[in-house]
Amino acid sequence: MKIHQLSLFLENQPGQMLEPCRLLAGAGIDIRTLSLADTRQFGILRVIVSDWKNAAVLLQNAGYVVNVTEVVAIEVADRPGGLAELMAIFENSGINIEYMYAFPFGRQGRAVLIFRFDQPDAAIERLQAACINVVDSVDVYNKIF
Amino acid sequence: MTPSRFHPASAPDYLPPAQMRSLQLDRLRDVLQRAFDHVELFRARLDERDLTPADIRGLEDIAKLPFTTKTDLRDTYPFGLFASPMQEVVRLHASSGTTGKPIVVAYTREDLDVWTNVMVRSLASCGITHGDIVQNAYGYGLFTGGLGAHYGAEALGATVIPISGGNTERQIMVMKDFKVTAICCTPSYFIHLLERAGELGIDVRRLPLRAGVFGAEPWTESMRRHIESAGGIRAFDIYGLSEITGPGVAIECCAQRGLHLFEDHFYPEIVDPETGEPLPEGCEGELVITTLSKRAMPMIRYRTRDITALISEPCPCGRTLRRVRRIGRRSDDMIILRGINVFPSQIESALMSVEGTLPHYQIVLTREKGLDQMEVLVEVTPEVFSDQIGALETLHDKLIYELDQTLGLRVAIRLVRPQTIQRSEGKAQRVSDRRSLG
Repeated sequence: MKIHQLSLFLENQPGQMLEPCRLLAGAGIDIRTLSLADTRQFGILRVIVSDWKNAAVLLQNAGYVVNVTEVVAIEVADRPGGLAELMAIFENSGINIEYMYAFPFGRQGRAVLIFRFDQPDAAIERLQAACINVVDSVDVYNKIF
Repeated sequence: MTPSRFHPASAPDYLPPAQMRSLQLDRLRDVLQRAFDHVELFRARLDERDLTPADIRGLEDIAKLPFTTKTDLRDTYPFGLFASPMQEVVRLHASSGTTGKPIVVAYTREDLDVWTNVMVRSLASCGITHGDIVQNAYGYGLFTGGLGAHYGAEALGATVIPISGGNTERQIMVMKDFKVTAICCTPSYFIHLLERAGELGIDVRRLPLRAGVFGAEPWTESMRRHIESAGGIRAFDIYGLSEITGPGVAIECCAQRGLHLFEDHFYPEIVDPETGEPLPEGCEGELVITTLSKRAMPMIRYRTRDITALISEPCPCGRTLRRVRRIGRRSDDMIILRGINVFPSQIESALMSVEGTLPHYQIVLTREKGLDQMEVLVEVTPEVFSDQIGALETLHDKLIYELDQTLGLRVAIRLVRPQTIQRSEGKAQRVSDRRSLG
């Protein structure tokens, strides 16, 4: 149910994105989606890649601090109100979304969103009860595009 | 420039060298006996060497005596080196030590009188007299700078404004409105003050201010030239350290060619910082000072860690006191930032307490708008890294808080990628001092 996301510490300076992208490209690892969180001083690059285990080793060997986090990928209808319906599931649940970002491309009128919940298992339970499609890792890494 | 007028307290500054040596020897014998009788550590160290104060027959015999170091003060914290009972101690001061615990120093009434006396002579040496209005912008408190300069200027008969440090705009207003003629502060703070005054449209050169007594941190000749031309004043270097008494151990005169050391109270030696062996006169080495008249806390052969040389040639000002060359560097890794002593080990203990292990770090010192700034670069380790911005910001804030608690100083922290701080062979280059540009 949960998929693996890699987070990298970057300094907030020009040119910091290039090296990790090149490293992954050189190893033939595909970036499925990413998000970049930034502060004045530093940034965190969060990526979902086709081969997270090898990507983590590769980046670590290149001197990056890499954090592996389990996130939840959810498919929603790509139409007005699609996200609002999803959010309603968590209303009054006490489950907090730490952060989220979307896949750049949807498929067949569906969009895929990546969530970092403070209580991922409770979140998944609620999603399944509401018959929301929680995308598994095989889907995310291989099938979505 | 008006030459410094003679002040009666300055009489010992002109003592013929032969008489000075004789006075020093008498006082040295007294202070050794006092330390031997009352300070356990000192007596134990002499016993180990099979020495008694009676073995010191001439000034040169001082080399037989053991050194006192900052570590000794730390190990005997807080009162272990006191030679006076607390009833006779009328003041305590403290400065930061290497482990977060401060170093405590004590004064009897007589010690304060000596301190005031050397401060009077210091200010007089800078041409400051009872007609001057002195803005004392050294910090008041446990730091010796504030009260040392205060009582000296007051005893001289000058008008003292005990404004203490900080609040730069108010400093400028007071300087202008109170027609201040002399200021005491750290040189970096004065440069900051000059810049702020400029921003406020005030040209300090047009104010009555004519002299500055700057100390508590090393500063360069180029800083002096800048201060003198931008401030329209004469800038004097004052030297001191809490362990010996505070400010007023040595001071420049109108010749500005080295600092006259008040030898009647502080006996100087220059030793090899590695071996501790005394060096011939004129050689550069570590300054070692013995307090000749201190009662509450005699310091015998105290290692100052300051690198300088003794100058015995006659000074154009007429003082016979020997001079020390301006001090630009130290033999240990202590950093002096805005008058506060900072040791890399303090920074290490703060980083450790937040992160659990010691990350790679580097201390970067810069000078912005004339004010010394410290930034600590800290490599982010896998142990503390998180995918959440909030967690890293909390880490950042905790590091700042912990350093503030340890150093009493607001320090900037920058989290950097691993392996970005240069590794060196052997001793790590923990400090990158980029302040020397003046």
